[in-house]
Amino acid sequence: MLKKRASGSAWSWLWFALGAAYFIIPLYATVDFSLRAKRGELSLLAYANVLKDPRFGETFLFSAEMSLLTIVTGIILIVPTAYWIHIRLPKLRPVMEFITLLPFVVPAVVLVFGLIRIYSHPPFMLVSSPALLVAAYLVLALPYLYRSVDTGLRSIDIRSLTEAAQSLGATWPTIIIRVILPNLRASILSGAFVTFAIVMGEFTMASLLVWPAFGPYMDLLSSSKIYEPSALAVISFALTWGTTAAIQLLSRRIPGQAPMAGLK
Amino acid sequence: MPFLIFAFAFLILPTLNIIIGSFQDATGAFTLENISQLSQPIVLSAYLTSIELSLVTAVAGGLFGFLIAYAIVLGGLPRWLQSAVITFSGVASNFAGVPLAFAFISTLGRLGLVSVLLKSVFGIDIYQAGFSLYNFLGLSLTYIYFQIPLMILIITPALEGLRSEWREAAENLGATPLVYWQRVALPILLPNLLATMVLLFGNAFGAYATAYALTGGTINLVTILIGNQITGDVLNNPGLGNSLSLGMIVIMALSIGGYTLLGQRTSRWIK
Repeated sequence: MLKKRASGSAWSWLWFALGAAYFIIPLYATVDFSLRAKRGELSLLAYANVLKDPRFGETFLFSAEMSLLTIVTGIILIVPTAYWIHIRLPKLRPVMEFITLLPFVVPAVVLVFGLIRIYSHPPFMLVSSPALLVAAYLVLALPYLYRSVDTGLRSIDIRSLTEAAQSLGATWPTIIIRVILPNLRASILSGAFVTFAIVMGEFTMASLLVWPAFGPYMDLLSSSKIYEPSALAVISFALTWGTTAAIQLLSRRIPGQAPMAGLK
Repeated sequence: MPFLIFAFAFLILPTLNIIIGSFQDATGAFTLENISQLSQPIVLSAYLTSIELSLVTAVAGGLFGFLIAYAIVLGGLPRWLQSAVITFSGVASNFAGVPLAFAFISTLGRLGLVSVLLKSVFGIDIYQAGFSLYNFLGLSLTYIYFQIPLMILIITPALEGLRSEWREAAENLGATPLVYWQRVALPILLPNLLATMVLLFGNAFGAYATAYALTGGTINLVTILIGNQITGDVLNNPGLGNSLSLGMIVIMALSIGGYTLLGQRTSRWIK
């Protein structure tokens, strides 16, 4: 019996090592590649070049702005709705489940195709407005943002909070802004970080709607430069790593938080 | 409610528009012309490549992911390793699109670390031997990078839900580990395993950014074809764009639906 355990463990180590190699080698190779801009020595030249390029700052800021707008719009739209469904309209729950599942059924490329079809002619000329991009990003982030607010609402006793606030004479907007929102801080923040990570790395929507965002910039750079794209990939990976670490820290405070899936 | 208006305008309306548009000609009259255009060789081969790519990466990534998940949950590896792998999987499942393409170019591209190493140390030129990162095989290797972590994230809770009582009961009845797996563990896990693989299939099927960044849009996938319809690179035909999209929605709906149905079967045993 003991022997069997040991051999089982050897197999486990083997699979783990294979997996680790598959996952670590490309990361190592990217870092290594990004340091080779100067022939014959390791240097940070590629990083310096990236940071010097004004388009890096511009596209980065653009994407950061878009993610902020997406997060704010998302919170305004989702928090009152999720709250209302919890407290008054639990019957609508399946509808919400369906809506939050839909972004997985309709791939980004297909969604952007549909959006362009509708919003590129009157009465709704939105194609050249950043509002359409924010809306598209919000659809991408919707499942994560909604789920994280939903689990947050489940973990607090909103009924008692609402009744207490009402008995003190609070109106609905006051309840949502001053009672519910502060209690949802952790889950809203975690949803916001997911949204941030999604928007910063997003390529499909931004590129097909022709916006100078960070994702398309990374792709554009790869056609003209050799080492700089790797430096960008390292920066982008660090960004994802940082936000995921933040989410992990936060979700420890919210039990039952779902893991976020990818943005392919 | 503003939220429902938003969801209707930017999610449901575009989807409906695609579905209806697939059966309309330029004047808005009913037609099956768009659907029949899907039988063009280039379109059929795009669907075939997309399905093959998704199938291969879902099965390969799924099996490999399952083995790693098994190793960290039941394989007797240290506990801290398990949480490290889970955390890493959370990050890696998001490491897709353009940066992922760069990572693989730095590894297996013509000047990539592994390609150069194989050439200088072992004298094997993989590109001479017919390998390319920019075709089906290379794309599969790259996709697996985001497929494995997703598998690990979803299947780990199921593996943790296998109760040790079941194993003990089986062993008391004289079952060898092999029989235990054949008769007890696998039947319980199978729906979940299949469900997750179906999800991985959809995950790869809808991917656009990674394929575009890696191949520059030269590989013939459905998502790339739809992207080309938008940018107007080739055969700019809105009707075809609609029916291409409809085809994707149908396949994605089947895979997400399959995932949900299969998932319900497992939840009878594992919460």
